Amino acid sequence: MTTRTMELLVGIFAAAAIAAVLFLALQVANTSDTTRGDTYTLIAKFDNIGGLKVRSPVKVGGVVVGRVSAIRLEGEYYEPVVEMKISSRYNRFPETSTASVLTSGIIGEQYIGLEPGFIDEYVQILGDGGEVINTNSAMVLENLIGQFLFSQGDN
Amino acid sequence: MSVLHALGRQVIKTVQGIGQATIMLAQAIIGKPQPRKSFPLLIRQLYVVGVQSMLIIIISGLFIGMVLGLQGYTILVDFGAEQALGPMVALSLLRELGPVVTALLFAGRAGSALTAEIGLMRATEQLSSLEMMAVDPLRRVVAPRFWAGVISMPLLALMFNAVGIYGGFMVGVEWLGVDDGAFWSVMQASVSWQDDIMNGVIKSLVFAVVVTWIALFKGYTATPTSPGISAATTQTVVYSSLAVLGLDFILTAIMFG
Repeated sequence: MTTRTMELLVGIFAAAAIAAVLFLALQVANTSDTTRGDTYTLIAKFDNIGGLKVRSPVKVGGVVVGRVSAIRLEGEYYEPVVEMKISSRYNRFPETSTASVLTSGIIGEQYIGLEPGFIDEYVQILGDGGEVINTNSAMVLENLIGQFLFSQGDN
Repeated sequence: MSVLHALGRQVIKTVQGIGQATIMLAQAIIGKPQPRKSFPLLIRQLYVVGVQSMLIIIISGLFIGMVLGLQGYTILVDFGAEQALGPMVALSLLRELGPVVTALLFAGRAGSALTAEIGLMRATEQLSSLEMMAVDPLRRVVAPRFWAGVISMPLLALMFNAVGIYGGFMVGVEWLGVDDGAFWSVMQASVSWQDDIMNGVIKSLVFAVVVTWIALFKGYTATPTSPGISAATTQTVVYSSLAVLGLDFILTAIMFG
């Protein structure tokens, strides 16, 4: 085998590897993420975040606008605080917006549903580091059953 | 006492072996780079080690992806969660099966060949004749093979992953009727470039170093007889497979634990 054929075959080998990388990058991984590029941070305090994880999506009406970047406990009473990175394209959430921990499907992953609130002359737009005050915590199945049984007991 | 003697002898032998292997590798790859001389040698070894392993890797990848698609579907469909087939196939390939199976196949296909080749060079005193001609056999014979192994295996693992995911797609979507859009979009939602694909490549790189190193060392130190070379070749495959599986557990625990 001549050196030239060998070089050609090694070239094909490398090209196949590059094709594999491109396939993995474009088709398999989520590189076309909305959270790439410029982001800003919003925080929200919940009573219970359920199964929310770092990198869980933040959605507005089902459309991903950002991802959870950090989860920690804060304050004297150990309140869960969720930090979200939101794409700078969507930078007009008023302070009356609501954040809820929701589940996609019955056994699906948990995400944060962000609902933009009303705007009038007194309402300010949330900037970098702004806090979403209105929050709805995750539904915990055991608590729901407990509440149900408790309400049954009253009758 | 004799048991302790035997144990001590074994420990000393093992440590000596590791030391020898390290010295061999260091002497082979540390030194002034001579691109003009070593590049053609590297191309030749890339052909032998990489290109010739391509077919077995691609075919195995395709079949493993197809089997994952089939098995995953039969389990997931019971829960009505067949949309999760995409991430299941992709993540098991990218995180585990891609790097590990590639390394095992590579040890069998290329590692054994490297050991046998170098062992036979020693048996027929080609390595000594190189030394006679003032050519360092470590630089001339071992180094290009080492780099070729280290470069090819991650590339082969990436091909394995890509082909395997395509195999899973063929079985899941085209044959069993999982929704096309859901298959890819759920996969994209759960596969991350950094955590899954890059960690898989890092794993593969570690396996590449270990497998190639074992193969070269076993060849270089093989007893220069027919049974010696045969034993060295067997040891290469056994030791590399065990090392790959053991290291895989450690790496997985570090990366995804």
